[in-house]
Amino acid sequence: MISLVGSQRELPGVRLERGYGVESLRGTTLVKRGFAHMLKHGVVMDVTSVEQAQIAEDAGAVAVMVLDKLPYDVRRAGGVARTASLRIIEEIMDHVTIPVMAKCRIGHTWEAKVLEEIGVDMIDESEVLTPADEERHIWKWDFTTPFVCGARDLGEALRRIEEGAAMIRTKGEPGTGNVAEAIRHMRILNNELRRIMILYQQGDDQELVKNARELRVSYELVLETARLGRLPVVNFAAGGIATPADAAMMMSLGCDGIFVGSGIFKSSDPELRASAIVLATTYWDRPEIVAEAQKMIDESKSMLGMDVKTLELRMQERGTG
Amino acid sequence: MNRIIIGVTSFQGDVEEHLLASKMALGRMGIEGDAVSVKTPEEIERVDALIIPGGESTVMGRLAFFSKSLELIRQRILEGMPVMGTCAGLIMLAKRVYDRVVGEKKQQLIGVLDVTVERNSYGRQRESFETLIDLPSLGVSGFKAVFIRAPTIVEAGPQVEVLARLAERPIAVMQDNIIGTTFHPELSGSTALHELLIKKAQAFRAK
Repeated sequence: MISLVGSQRELPGVRLERGYGVESLRGTTLVKRGFAHMLKHGVVMDVTSVEQAQIAEDAGAVAVMVLDKLPYDVRRAGGVARTASLRIIEEIMDHVTIPVMAKCRIGHTWEAKVLEEIGVDMIDESEVLTPADEERHIWKWDFTTPFVCGARDLGEALRRIEEGAAMIRTKGEPGTGNVAEAIRHMRILNNELRRIMILYQQGDDQELVKNARELRVSYELVLETARLGRLPVVNFAAGGIATPADAAMMMSLGCDGIFVGSGIFKSSDPELRASAIVLATTYWDRPEIVAEAQKMIDESKSMLGMDVKTLELRMQERGTG
Repeated sequence: MNRIIIGVTSFQGDVEEHLLASKMALGRMGIEGDAVSVKTPEEIERVDALIIPGGESTVMGRLAFFSKSLELIRQRILEGMPVMGTCAGLIMLAKRVYDRVVGEKKQQLIGVLDVTVERNSYGRQRESFETLIDLPSLGVSGFKAVFIRAPTIVEAGPQVEVLARLAERPIAVMQDNIIGTTFHPELSGSTALHELLIKKAQAFRAK
């Protein structure tokens, strides 16, 4: 059973079908959030080509995320970062059996529409690409395809869920190979969850309402989250994960799974590193197996990484409203 | 100790949902027991029944093989341990598997259930759906079934009993101690299939 909070409205993305001799519903909250639940304890890997997608699948990726450029290269290239070529996404969908996701720009409803049209399994409304609307995100309830969105704290996460996101990931700082920001965002989220959980246990409705106002989301959503003691949707870690130990660290903070962006294909040992990160994600609570995974990689082959303090572009500050 | 222990493989997938559904089923049946996640041979050795959850079969197969659990699971099932596989779990149990678009894919399988399974059979996530089904042999109707990038069973051997069908194709099957579903009973709140597995676990323990 999974929480369906926030979906008690008319949902334009739900479609009634009579295909299999019965009435069936597509794009319901259960079907969208349920998809994210199937990814749990897994690793989603950023890829830019069919070749990389096949390496990821063979290494045990639970899904691939298609981009035009890896986040590290997006930083270096500058300019406007848009959704990937549809031809490449389609080619990847024809060659791997695992789910294929793709990124669209924040607030760019029609980039998302074309991704839905070609049939990607999940859309990432992502701060890695250049935001198309500074004021608002996509209204994701309008879609049959589920969305994942980034968040740095509880307020951002719940606002995205209120707009229809079926899954959340920490933003971290993409393309840096530096896990520090992902850790920071997950710690903030956990502390804020703990706070509303205590208020719920104490039955302090007034403070919960005050929290809802501060978080700028409905009281109903805050109440359900406080009752569950966790986000009502699956929550992955993302933004700067580069090694098996990074992945295990994020899992130990209570994430449901891992996104690895530049960390794999910006290293010089992508095949081994990808399998090692998968292993460390499943066995994060067995240090001896994480050590085995860490031995599979060579630190001299890790991406160099960047200090977040010296960055000109902080992607995490995009689309926070 | 007569407590029934249901293990849910936690290589990858919706493990917690099956743990919860199993605990609810134990509670409803008034049976002493517990549900635990398992991902090493030592842990798998200790359970009375096993659930392989939904997720990605390619990932689970890899990790089960790596941890030397795959062969153990196969042996224990052949010795009579009850097992239920849902969606990816069904794929893991099947003897023959192919993908609707990509075709034959080299992947690690347990290969004990005499069925041929087509992966991603209804299409992509956009085509995923929920509907109400009946499980006549369990006396259950209106069971909410969620199909997520679901496979279908295109062929079933003579020892395989069909528990439910959708558009002619089997969606829930049983072969002695093995239960397989193409949908996700762990997401719907109805525990009829988990109860069936627990009954089999009790009988297995009594042997």
